[in-house]
Amino acid sequence: MSIDRRDFLKMIGASAVFALGGMGVVDGIVKDNVEAEQFRPEPGALLAKQWAMVIDMRKFKTEGDYKRIISACNNIHNIPDFSDSKHEVKWIWTDTFEHAFPEQEQGYAPESLKEMPIPLLCNHCENPPCVRVCPTKATFKRKDGLVMQDMHRCIGCRFCMAACPYGSRSFNWTDPRPHIKKENPDYPTRMRGVVEKCTFCVERLAEGKMPACVEASNGAMMFGDLSDPNSEIRKVLESNYTIRRKSELGTGPNIYYIIGGADNAREGAKRE
Amino acid sequence: MLEKALSGSRNYWTWVLSLLAVIGVGVIFYLRQFDYGLGVTGMSRDVSWGLYIGQFTFFVGVAASAVMLVIPFYLHNYKKFGRMVILGEFLAVSAVLMCMLFIFVDMGQPTRVVNMFLHPTPNSVMFFDAVVLFGYLLLNITIGWTSMNAEKKGFAPPAWVKPLVYISIPWAFSIHTVTAFLYAGLPGREYWLTAIMAARFLASAFAAGPALLIILAIIVRKVSKFDPGKEAIKSIGKIVAYAMAANVFFLLLEVFTAFYSSIPGEKNPFFYLYAGLQGHGRLVLLMWTSAILAVISLVLLIVPKTRNTEKTLLAACGAVFASLWIDKGFGLVVGGFVPNPFGTITEYWPTIPESFIVLAVWAIGALVLTILYKVAISIREENAGIEIEH
Repeated sequence: MSIDRRDFLKMIGASAVFALGGMGVVDGIVKDNVEAEQFRPEPGALLAKQWAMVIDMRKFKTEGDYKRIISACNNIHNIPDFSDSKHEVKWIWTDTFEHAFPEQEQGYAPESLKEMPIPLLCNHCENPPCVRVCPTKATFKRKDGLVMQDMHRCIGCRFCMAACPYGSRSFNWTDPRPHIKKENPDYPTRMRGVVEKCTFCVERLAEGKMPACVEASNGAMMFGDLSDPNSEIRKVLESNYTIRRKSELGTGPNIYYIIGGADNAREGAKRE
Repeated sequence: MLEKALSGSRNYWTWVLSLLAVIGVGVIFYLRQFDYGLGVTGMSRDVSWGLYIGQFTFFVGVAASAVMLVIPFYLHNYKKFGRMVILGEFLAVSAVLMCMLFIFVDMGQPTRVVNMFLHPTPNSVMFFDAVVLFGYLLLNITIGWTSMNAEKKGFAPPAWVKPLVYISIPWAFSIHTVTAFLYAGLPGREYWLTAIMAARFLASAFAAGPALLIILAIIVRKVSKFDPGKEAIKSIGKIVAYAMAANVFFLLLEVFTAFYSSIPGEKNPFFYLYAGLQGHGRLVLLMWTSAILAVISLVLLIVPKTRNTEKTLLAACGAVFASLWIDKGFGLVVGGFVPNPFGTITEYWPTIPESFIVLAVWAIGALVLTILYKVAISIREENAGIEIEH
């Protein structure tokens, strides 16, 4: 059988169509699997429609209260310790009230309030700008509200870092592994060139455990389902005055802070 | 046609070899960056984009500016640009290549670059930018190469080139608009969050690009027998004058909004860039250099006598290019990151490896431009005296 040029081109065309069709099918299967995974969690996993956190600053009394929650996270998640602040990787850290809530600027506020250390972490926004800008869907939002980062897909363009108004994202400017004090073999380490951030301890939720910082906070941090009117955090939000960081930007941050009154501000001074 | 680039004078080869040397040095620094990570640059957790993305932004503008020759020539039949328009198209090709390289060297995981196309994300402006840039590269290389090939053989370009030319016009606007959208849609970056960003980008592009083209045209005339035409250069001078005036006007609009509204978030980046903030002011000298060069260039461009005298026009174009290079290729990016979301300041300054990588990307751009211009010029020199209808 001889094939002339026209037949050859036809064959190429036909096989290309088949190949594309095939890709579509594979794509569909893969996508369904991802969906199924989300709907069929392990028995005992903690589930929610919208995870959220309340941080009660009245319950942070000593420097140790902060240290405990931060090192709980750092140790579990293999967070490297860079001496150069420019290359820092941090999932949960503290900064002063003034820096955490610049829009609350008020010159006559007690110094102790201005200087009060506030725990900061990813806000797991309802409408996350980082997810909107990511060119590869490496950062994405789950159905339970968690904003996640796929460290294997991330190309390291850092668009998400420019988009996050909370400074919650860290980039691995160099190999983080030599800077991990004591490696936790149960959690993956990361490589240079990818962005990472707090995951609300997705791996612990799947096993029925609360996020590490919440567990270590002795009740100063509460975590629960915002869509459940009977959840603890809904009760706390209904009975307390809470604020969120830069909520005016419309990102829908899911970390709520109870700052507390003057008494708390006075005590804040002692924590320095 | 490419063979034309393989024969040249001693000066031509010296130039090509020096570019290759710069590229070689840059490649060595890039290998270091590839191995160690982007930590070799001056970027940080707070200023997470730097000179690479700034240069990318600036050269998208240069690429888009080819349209300033294409519109008068193809839409208004302005014949005087006939010999010049190819220089604009080839400049666009080289500029887009540089843009792609700047994006590439900025990536933390460059080996995963295809993820952008394996997982296309229409809601990401970065994805769109990659698509439109690639399209623009194809358009210009096809239009430029086909036109040159036809000219070599003494024919008018084939009819199918015309529709591509028409498509390339809105496309040029789109690449720079989309690049502006990278910045202008981010909550919490007040220096970038402005509706006028795309317009300002286009104005600065249509000043910087044609200014560079005038400089290149004068160089071409000096090193070869090909004359792009005095009148053409004069006309482009007018385009630069209008565009630069629009650019400065847009910048002043930003200043008004920031300072009359008196919103700290709007004012602080300006304070940081032009006066220093909280004791930090590493860019102040640079930004004022840009501002002063802008004023000097405007005076030289607006006064008809200096605009129409080639020497002063050349000085004005140099000033425009340098001013906008600083403002858009450097200050714009840093201003969006300083102060950071906590109101504190981490400063940025490019490191030596970073600077050499930038130099190497320019050298690659210059090399591609040299080769393309060499081909075009050789053909023109051979066909001297034959005028072809486009």
